Amino acid sequence: MIGAAIAGLARLIAGGSVQWAERPSSVPRVYFANHTSHLDFVLLWSYLPRELRARTRPVAARDYWESSRLRRYLAGEVFRALLIDRAGPDARSAVDRMAQCLSDGDSLILFPEGTRGTGEEIAPFKSGLFHLSQASPDIELVPVAIENLNRILPKGEFLPVPMVSRVVFGPSLRLVDGESKDDFLARTRAALEAIRGSA
Amino acid sequence: MDRELLWLMAGVVGVLVLSTLVGQVLRLRARSARSRETVANLNARIAAWWAMAATFAVASLTGGIGSIVLFALLSFLALREFITLSPTGRADHRALAWSFFVVTPIQYVLVGIEWYGLFSILIPVYVFLLLATRLVLSGDTDRFLERTATIQWGLMACVYCVSYAPALLLLDIEGYDSGSGKLLLFLVLVVQASDVFQYTWGKLIGRWRIAPSVSPNKTWEGFVGGIACATLLGAGLWWATPFNPLEAAGMALLIALAGFAGGLVMSAIKRDRGVKDFGTLLPGHGGVLDRIDSLLFAAPLFFHVTRFFF
Repeated sequence: MIGAAIAGLARLIAGGSVQWAERPSSVPRVYFANHTSHLDFVLLWSYLPRELRARTRPVAARDYWESSRLRRYLAGEVFRALLIDRAGPDARSAVDRMAQCLSDGDSLILFPEGTRGTGEEIAPFKSGLFHLSQASPDIELVPVAIENLNRILPKGEFLPVPMVSRVVFGPSLRLVDGESKDDFLARTRAALEAIRGSA
Repeated sequence: MDRELLWLMAGVVGVLVLSTLVGQVLRLRARSARSRETVANLNARIAAWWAMAATFAVASLTGGIGSIVLFALLSFLALREFITLSPTGRADHRALAWSFFVVTPIQYVLVGIEWYGLFSILIPVYVFLLLATRLVLSGDTDRFLERTATIQWGLMACVYCVSYAPALLLLDIEGYDSGSGKLLLFLVLVVQASDVFQYTWGKLIGRWRIAPSVSPNKTWEGFVGGIACATLLGAGLWWATPFNPLEAAGMALLIALAGFAGGLVMSAIKRDRGVKDFGTLLPGHGGVLDRIDSLLFAAPLFFHVTRFFF
């Protein structure tokens, strides 16, 4: 109920055109997207068919989402976010928890750049996506390009400026046997870059 | 419930039923790929018309407040599409947030509380001064006038002009119940019918382009045929207005001409920005701004001319 209201609000403010290269599927998968705004995952999530929304969890930073009661409520009850520690020794356990979510039948939303950018360049990917793919090699990875959110709610702003956005769900890919970490991260980043540029 | 308003709405439903039937017949008869595409677009437009008419009917039936909320929402969506295509930058963020979340609601609250004196000058006077002041405080002088002027223009077109449509409900006309929403429906019917008539005449016999560098689809045949039909339609609806048939024809002519100008101006903006449509919200039509571009110019003119003479 609250989830549907938030999804509706996100689309009223930041909605626009959405494209799917493949049909939405309820098989657990990892959506990985470029990151420029706090609204990124809300908008991506709002575009998932309703039944998939309930089974898709954003991977988010614990320090941000536990910093106020409202955020903690939204992260915990509405988005069912998988909160991870950005700075900390247990990167390993974060990957394990993500892999556990996938094997429990949930999908994940991941921002492999690790932090929000300005919207011009996609930053080099952090290694989490690679380690997760090693831990769950059968999982499909879906690149999702999100455009204009850096203008709608840029870093450091509290109120969004409503604008039309564009969200493209690209063709899925997965880890190839024997692929090195650098090759894999470059390939996944290129896949995201390619759908971002496509008109 | 106003009997004349019901007749107008019944008429709209009749026309939509008829066009749906025609659309389906055309779909069965379309042979070439190109005509199939045209007919598919036509049918998408008709389906969207049903949705728009239903939304409008619900708004009208809830009285003045429904219409105000509907047009406030249209302003919000139109401004959103307009700003998306504007060369605004990071420094404009706060001023833009103000425009959406403060200026737009206040403008419609003023319609709601019938404060004509402030409603008619809020954006052209107060916002004009405050917006430039807020923008200069951000300290970014790069293309300052271009950014300021664009935001002001967006507010004038998408909020100020659109708010004149529900403001028609406040007009105080002797012996006529403006609050019933018939005058608003008259404006919307004439302006949208004019668009449809122009499109239809243009598609059927259009040859001579009226403004080839702005809009390749607008032809002299579409212009003359469309405006003439809209004028006749307006005259035929005189019974729902405070006008006699001749006055109603004159008003409809004014509405249709202003609407044409609005469509042309918005086309020029789209062309400059290199896009075909402002958005994708209405299948077949484009965005909200593509659908109400003619209303923008027609509403304030119709309001003031009516207010002056009646």
